[in-house]
Amino acid sequence: MGRTLYEKIWDEHVIEGSANESPLLYIDLHLVHEVTSPQAFDGLRINGRGVRRPDLTLATADHNVPTDPLDTPIADPISRRQLEALDENCQEFGITVFPRGHENQGIVHVIGPELGVTQPGMTIVCGDSHTSTHGALGSLAFGIGTSEVEHVLATQTLPQQKAKTMSVEVRGTPGANITAKDIVLCIVARLGTGGGAGYVIEYRGEAIAQLSMEGRMTVCNMSIEAGARAGLVAVDETTIDYLRGRPGVPSGQEFEAAAQRWRTLVSDEDAVFDETVVIEASEVVPFVTWGTNPAQVVALNGVVPSPLDARSLDEQDTFTRALEYMDLTAGTPMREIPVDVVFIGSCTNSRIEDLRAAATVARGSHVHEGVRALVVPGSRRVKEQAESEGLDAIFTAAGFEWREPGCSMCLGMNPDILSPGQRCASTSNRNFEGRQGRGGRTHLVSPAIAAATAIKGRFASPEEVGA
Amino acid sequence: MNPVRVVEGRAVPLERSDVDTDQIIPSEWLKRVERTGFGRGLFSEWRDDSNFVLNRDEYAGARILVGAARFGTGSSREHAVWALMDYGFAAVIASSFGDIFRNNSAKQGLVTVQLDPSDIDELTQLVKDDPARLVVVDVGNLAVEVPEVGWQRRFALDPMTQERLLQGWDDIGLSLRRERDITRFEASRHAPSLQGVFDENGRAARS
Ligand code: SF4
Repeated sequence: MGRTLYEKIWDEHVIEGSANESPLLYIDLHLVHEVTSPQAFDGLRINGRGVRRPDLTLATADHNVPTDPLDTPIADPISRRQLEALDENCQEFGITVFPRGHENQGIVHVIGPELGVTQPGMTIVCGDSHTSTHGALGSLAFGIGTSEVEHVLATQTLPQQKAKTMSVEVRGTPGANITAKDIVLCIVARLGTGGGAGYVIEYRGEAIAQLSMEGRMTVCNMSIEAGARAGLVAVDETTIDYLRGRPGVPSGQEFEAAAQRWRTLVSDEDAVFDETVVIEASEVVPFVTWGTNPAQVVALNGVVPSPLDARSLDEQDTFTRALEYMDLTAGTPMREIPVDVVFIGSCTNSRIEDLRAAATVARGSHVHEGVRALVVPGSRRVKEQAESEGLDAIFTAAGFEWREPGCSMCLGMNPDILSPGQRCASTSNRNFEGRQGRGGRTHLVSPAIAAATAIKGRFASPEEVGA
Repeated sequence: MNPVRVVEGRAVPLERSDVDTDQIIPSEWLKRVERTGFGRGLFSEWRDDSNFVLNRDEYAGARILVGAARFGTGSSREHAVWALMDYGFAAVIASSFGDIFRNNSAKQGLVTVQLDPSDIDELTQLVKDDPARLVVVDVGNLAVEVPEVGWQRRFALDPMTQERLLQGWDDIGLSLRRERDITRFEASRHAPSLQGVFDENGRAARS
């Protein structure tokens, strides 16, 4: 019987144990950031342990960095201390680190692929649940907690049990106005927040194959929102073209040889998945979330649902609480809901293609009065690329703030936060209560819808602003 | 990690599903570099409400948290586990869990017990009827009990996790004992490394 892509990568990396030992999974790349690592480095020091493979470990500052101009000092002493701790720990243990202002700095899930250090067939971990993003390049990538970060630092392995496999196939070609974000919101809505628990998802089908690498990253990024720790896309020429010429990959003949190996990183024809889900591309429309978990999705053309639409009593309860928290009334058309803030950024949608899509909509228009709109590139490289294309000028002329790279308003732990009661159209991945700041209300959307919404001051499609 | 054989004490019914780790410990708490002191941040957005169950005197000092479906989904932050334990919880009972949360719990010795939704409802009712009721989570026998009323349910735990809890084993120590296997594995393959990719200032050496 053939093997799935997941099984191929697993087999390549597993160190089997004896009867009462857990299998160990060897880790090829460990990405580190300031928030989930300080306690792990402390653990190493307390136990007199070192970092086994600093050459397979790479660190960046992202969650906590302010996105103000670089000459602005970091006001919050606790934040500053955490960023300093990352630098000191990396220095002490010999790990390459990209601090605030560094030319390679950025959101950990943006810089891995763009530097070409994320490569097909690798096992990749990071103390962050959106590590699933890297699966877009055909690598097995998943988020871990701080104890596991310490474990990988010390041993370059993790005790793991094999996951179950799920095929999510998106069949056919979606409409021209459909983005990767709409596809993944559709998938999360179908699976529910727990539907992928225990599985590694492989995204398949024409609609996935037709996506750019950036689009595939958006899809894999949100695997965890359906409960799956990892999402994968098989390697194809899109993957290989994306990697060619990046700093982390070899060049010339050596690259071609690597590419030849990478091309085998696909599920075999006769491989069997534990679970199979099929979505027709025609089911995918422009989406927006209305509630407080990423599965609470409705068409942009739709209305706020009612608890009576819920599939179970338990869900009815969740609906009622979500409506209350979001201050929404069932039956209100989504397009009539005004927003206070628009955030374009995060590891889901802050890559060059996302910024291009938003800029296309923003060009020649202006942000609606009273709306604050932020554009936060995912990395310094993305920022520089965007500036070389003149995107920053389009955004600032249209009244958007153009900021320094970082996680920014995706989570409320740096100065970019919502005030209580503010409503935000956000290209990030989580609309949990308080995620963007205490009492803030988050609606997840694609970059194009976010830009149109900023201009209209309410949820809107790019067509409405003539884009 | 200290061994955990039995957890007993009062249990608090949360009666909410989809409690993600952002609710358990909001991100403003994640700036700290320490591992202790997170108990004050536990469910902090809800604790302003005097009716919130953790604020009620009759549940003071509880050792067991009774959640519902999909407890601990979302962010990988282990701070959620630290917050629960720092507050005083030693076990969480729910009908399903976020995978990463469950893993993190096992590493720290926080016992996670998965029961059927109907059993969660029964247990919730039992501790609402009388908050002082003793609830017992027995890791050795894989059972949850309310001895006063003779209520008992079995639960599953993978044998490795159970053993680790019972013995209080340090995972890293266990893996380091397999150093030779790891070294042999490394020698057996040619895998990419960051050596030479970045210079000492983190700049790309070739591009
Ligand atoms: S952008 Fe948001 S989701 Fe992504 S790594 Fe940063 S905080 Fe996490």
